Amino acid sequence: MVAIVDFALLAGLAVWALGIVHLRSLFGAAMMFGIYSLHCALIFVVLDAVDVAFTEAAVGAGISTVLILSTLAITGAKLEVRHSRAMMPLLITGVIGAALIYASLDMPLVGDPSAPANLHVVPRYLQGSAAEINIPNVVTSVLASYRGYDTLGEVTVIFTAGIGVLCLLGRHSRKRSRRRRE
Amino acid sequence: MIVVYAITALLIILGMFIAMARGLRGPTLYDRILAVNAFGSLTVLMIAVLGFLMGRPEFLDIALVYVLINFIGTIAVLKFFEYQDLGRQSSYSRRPK
Repeated sequence: MVAIVDFALLAGLAVWALGIVHLRSLFGAAMMFGIYSLHCALIFVVLDAVDVAFTEAAVGAGISTVLILSTLAITGAKLEVRHSRAMMPLLITGVIGAALIYASLDMPLVGDPSAPANLHVVPRYLQGSAAEINIPNVVTSVLASYRGYDTLGEVTVIFTAGIGVLCLLGRHSRKRSRRRRE
Repeated sequence: MIVVYAITALLIILGMFIAMARGLRGPTLYDRILAVNAFGSLTVLMIAVLGFLMGRPEFLDIALVYVLINFIGTIAVLKFFEYQDLGRQSSYSRRPK
């Protein structure tokens, strides 16, 4: 039963992607991208990666929709429609996609306990985290303690990116509103 | 009981496809906004049902956060639609005090 649900959700994701590519309204596409991200997050929840799903929903559906919309507000939502059909890019994309699918056949299954990635440090984390970190959730103890420096680096990157976006967008609107007041 | 949950999940997915069709085909902007809202609600329902279907209903609170995130997107879209600009102050905050 769960397999049927998984398959239906993945098929929905493919339909979204193709539909958005065919959309001719940039505003509509920006909105649909937000929903696409929410759909992605749903699939991550199905795959039991709740933290990834959370990030995907917050960044993909929340922030990036707002960012794309503010980009549209600054640049204007006009699209030049080209009617030529480019076969070469389609061919290249098809070949690379087929190669990636062929390569994925060699990968271990999702959640396979004997996969190399699950044999390296995972058993040690699973056995030692309760005694060493004293947090019941192993994912939390890995993120916040075992890989604390890694997480600190990620937070720094995201914080810097946030400051950059604020500098780009915030200064723009403040200058304009000041001009309006004068 | 699990059959009931599975049937519910499949029906919700069917509803998702319907909302998707309206969002992608929708001739006017309002169709798309409504489709986005409907899809967000369906996602939340789906997470709730999936929790019970897979025997782990601990993720219900995450579904609530998804509602809020989806609402941010809707507000941004509506603000853009109303003012053609996200950074502009609303008429409420420009009112003299």
